[in-house]
Formats: sequence, C-alpha cells, structure tokens
Amino acid sequence: MSAHPMLKVEGLHAAYGKIVALRGVDVEVAKGEIVTLIGANGAGKSTLMMSICGTPRAKAGQILFDGEDITTTPTHLIMRKGIAQSPEGRRIFARMTVMENLQMGASLVDEQYFDEDLNKVFDLFPRLKERSAQRGGTLSGGEQQMLAIGRALMSRPKMLMLDEPSLGLAPLIVKQIFEAVRELNRNEGLTVFFVEQNAFHALKLAHRGYVLVNGEITMTGTGAELLKREDVRAAYLEGGAH
Amino acid sequence: MEYFIQQLINGLTLGSIYGLIAIGYTMVYGIIGMINFAHGDIFTVGAYVALAVILLLGISGATGATMLVLALLLVLVISMVFTAVWGWTVERIAYRPLRGSFRLAPLITAIGMSIVLQNFIQVTQGARVKPIQPIISGGIPLFDGRSDGGIIVQLSWMQLLIIVSTFVLMVGFTFLITKTALGRSQRACEQDQKMAALLGVDVDKTISLTFVMGAALAAVAGLMFLLLYGVLDFYIGFLAGIKAFTAAVLGGIGSLPGAMLGGIVLGLIEVFWSAYFSVEYKDVAAFSILAIVLIFMPSGLLGKPEVEKV
Repeated sequence: MSAHPMLKVEGLHAAYGKIVALRGVDVEVAKGEIVTLIGANGAGKSTLMMSICGTPRAKAGQILFDGEDITTTPTHLIMRKGIAQSPEGRRIFARMTVMENLQMGASLVDEQYFDEDLNKVFDLFPRLKERSAQRGGTLSGGEQQMLAIGRALMSRPKMLMLDEPSLGLAPLIVKQIFEAVRELNRNEGLTVFFVEQNAFHALKLAHRGYVLVNGEITMTGTGAELLKREDVRAAYLEGGAH
Repeated sequence: MEYFIQQLINGLTLGSIYGLIAIGYTMVYGIIGMINFAHGDIFTVGAYVALAVILLLGISGATGATMLVLALLLVLVISMVFTAVWGWTVERIAYRPLRGSFRLAPLITAIGMSIVLQNFIQVTQGARVKPIQPIISGGIPLFDGRSDGGIIVQLSWMQLLIIVSTFVLMVGFTFLITKTALGRSQRACEQDQKMAALLGVDVDKTISLTFVMGAALAAVAGLMFLLLYGVLDFYIGFLAGIKAFTAAVLGGIGSLPGAMLGGIVLGLIEVFWSAYFSVEYKDVAAFSILAIVLIFMPSGLLGKPEVEKV
C-alpha cells in the first residue's frame, strides 16, 4: 500500500442550499482498492460522490486526491487529475451519438489510445458497438447505464467512481459489470469507489464498505465484516441476500 | 423573369448577412440559453473597425485587384480580432457573473450592454452617417433581357463575394461544430454543463470561445454590410440585430443551419416584398411570416423538438 491513500475525505460537510446533505463524513480509499458506499435513499451517497468532484462544494472539511488537496479545485481540473464518474441519473448527452458520448469521455486522453480504449469498452458492452451511431437519448435505461460507465472508462482514470451502476440493469448485465470492475481492479490496479443500493452484491465485490445514514458514516469495515453484521443485514439486505 | 432572378440574387445577398449575424445569436442561445442582445452592436463595432482600417490603409476603388484582396483580408482579420475581444469582454464582465441567477437577469444585462455599446459608438464615432466610396464595383452580367423590354440581370462582384464567403464560412463552422473536439465540447456544454465539467471540459472557456466565434462572424457580416451599402451609423446593429435574431428564431434557435436558412428566408421575403409590393411594409411582411411560421412550427424551420427517453 502506498504512503498516502488515493482518496481521503475528512470531516466533509456539504449542502444543497439550506438542505444539509453531509455532516462530517470521513472516507478513505487506498490505491488499488474497491470501496463501496451503501445507504438508504436520501442518505447523501450521491452528494458525497458529487462533492468529491467539487459540485456541490464542500462547506467544511478537506478532500485529498493522491495526496493533493482538491477541496477548492474547480470541477474540470479535479477530473483532469484522474477521477472519472458515472454519475447519478447517468447524464448521457441525449442529442449526441453513442460514439460522441464516448469521445467526450476521452477528451482529456491522448488520441493514440482512443481505438484501444474504445475496443475495451466495446468488449465490455458489445451492445454499445451495435448502437454506436445512435443518439444517446434513444437508448434504453440499461444501455444508457452502460454508456455512462463506458464513457467514464474512456478517460483512463486512476479512480473510477460509479453511482449505482446496477440501476435499471438486468441481473445478468449487473453481474457482467461487477465482473468487469473486479477484472479492471485486479489486472490494471484500478481504484474504484462506488455507491450501491444493491448492498449484497456491492459488499461481495468491495474490499471495504462504508454505511452512510443521514449524511453521517455509521459503520465501516471489510465487505465480509459488514455482510455478517446483523444491523447491516436488517437495514440493507433484507430480501436482497439470495 | 429577369426581374425575378435579379431580386433572388439580391435577396440571397441580404439573407447571407442576416444569416452570419444570426449564427452568433443561435450559438450563444444554444450554449447558455440566453439571447445576447448586444450581438447586433458587436456587428456595428465590426463594421466601424473595418471602416477605420479601410480609411487608414487608403483602400479605394482604384486599388489594384491583388492588393485589394490582401488589404480586405487584413481589414477582415483586424476587425475580427477586435470584435472577438469585445465579445469575450462582454461575456466576461456582463454575463458570467450572472450565470446561475434567474433567467431574466442576463437578458436584462444583455439589453444594457447593447445600449452601452450603441452609445459608446455614438459618442466616439459621432452620430452622423459615415459613407465610403464603393470599393468593389462591377460584376458578371448573367443575361441581357433588354431585347424584349427587360433588364440586365447582374451578379455583382460584391454579391458574389458575400454569397460565396458566407457559404464557405457556413461549411467551415458546420464542420467545426459537428466534427471537432471543440465543437463536441460546445455541444456537451449545451446539453449538460455539469456533466461536461465532470468529463474535464472547461465550461467557462468553452462558453467564452462561443462568444468569440459568434463575434468574429459578426465582424465578417459588418465588413460585408459596409462594402455592400457604403454607409454606417451607430444604429445599424440594432435593426440588423433584430432581423438576425428573427432569422435565428425562424430557422429554429439553437440550430446552426437553421440560422442560415432563417437568414436567407428573411432576406428573400424582404427583397421580394419590396420588389413586388411596397418597400414600406417589408418589415411587416417579414415579421408576419415569422409569426405564421411560429404558430405552425413553434420550434422554427429546423429546430429540433426534444426527443428524449428517460
């Protein structure tokens, strides 16, 4: 493990206007680790993902990426340091083609890698290849999810952030995506920080997990530890663990 | 018939100028959803800078052909640089601080900027009309209809220059927007600024560049206006701006080809109405047609209704 964690969030407070979403969150993601954040709807999971990227800005606290303070860095410069996010709601460019969406993902990467990266994404999601000339807005929800993840991968990130990658996808595809994340992590050492509703799968995939309740971290531990805990099972896994 | 063709040529020329200005409106609307009312006055600035450089260089109808082309190109470049700086500055000081505030705020500052620019030009350049001698004269006689009581149909060099350069610029811009990385970033900002930023796009810079590009095109239109009509006053940008804005709406605001098409349609309506009915009512005719088109096609001729599946 390297000297400093890839991502270190300390005492982060964030709010949307007057609505406080995060109240002093501490999270750490080590290099090469898969970390998941689980929690109920409205717990502040997506806010945490977004405020790591500078929108909304942290009201208090500190965010370090790769040892560098990015708390007040403009969003586009944060992303240029090597973070990619597939955000809540997917945010596909609806009036651009699938290919153009992927090109947008690669806009910071040297052009020589484009074909190689594109093939990787197409291997992962052959569906996107079939649809490459189609407009993003005409894709189904699941296809848009694949596109959002593919677009994030195109930027060759050091840390990949996924906000509910399983949302709207068929179980088989979810399995594929999780498998792909595991492989990217194992083979390329990609650091992954992701939010999931589907806590069972998330905790099985992740090395470590955090539980977020009402804008505060209430529990943390390895995936296996959290899976075993009665309170976690009761709150997030009822009916989910099959 | 000859008369008709001659009017068609005149209409295309006028429409090209409207179209070039309209692109500036439509691009800015596309990316930040506001009408930049100061754009018409940026066009005036372009025309005045062109006038100043022409007088400075002593360009006249007597200048030799090669020299003339080079000199006019120089005029164009200087005037584009000036308007680009103006366009950038207007965005930086008047619109950017208001980004994210309620929709009407930037609209009101835009009107304010328009008044500021107009008055600035009036104070520094005087309120009187400034004429120049025709620089490009002559043309290609297309056919002579005099034998059966008609007229000579002529495509003047000036008209040819305007139509051809507009066409070239249009092709260039379409390429820029649809095929290049910059154009992609612009379209991304147009659709979702937050996501664009999440992909590392510098949204502020992209918006600034959009203003710069629109302003540079307005400078081209300004030079053409000056060469075609030979007179300027501080007020030309107001009317031309309103017309170009109309053209942008008619073609479908936000759409680049729409702006061009709208400009040409508007130019043709004006010219034909003046030719066959009455000059006094040409604006009435133009705006009536705008109203009728918008009733039946609310998003304009080439405007795209949102096709989104969520």
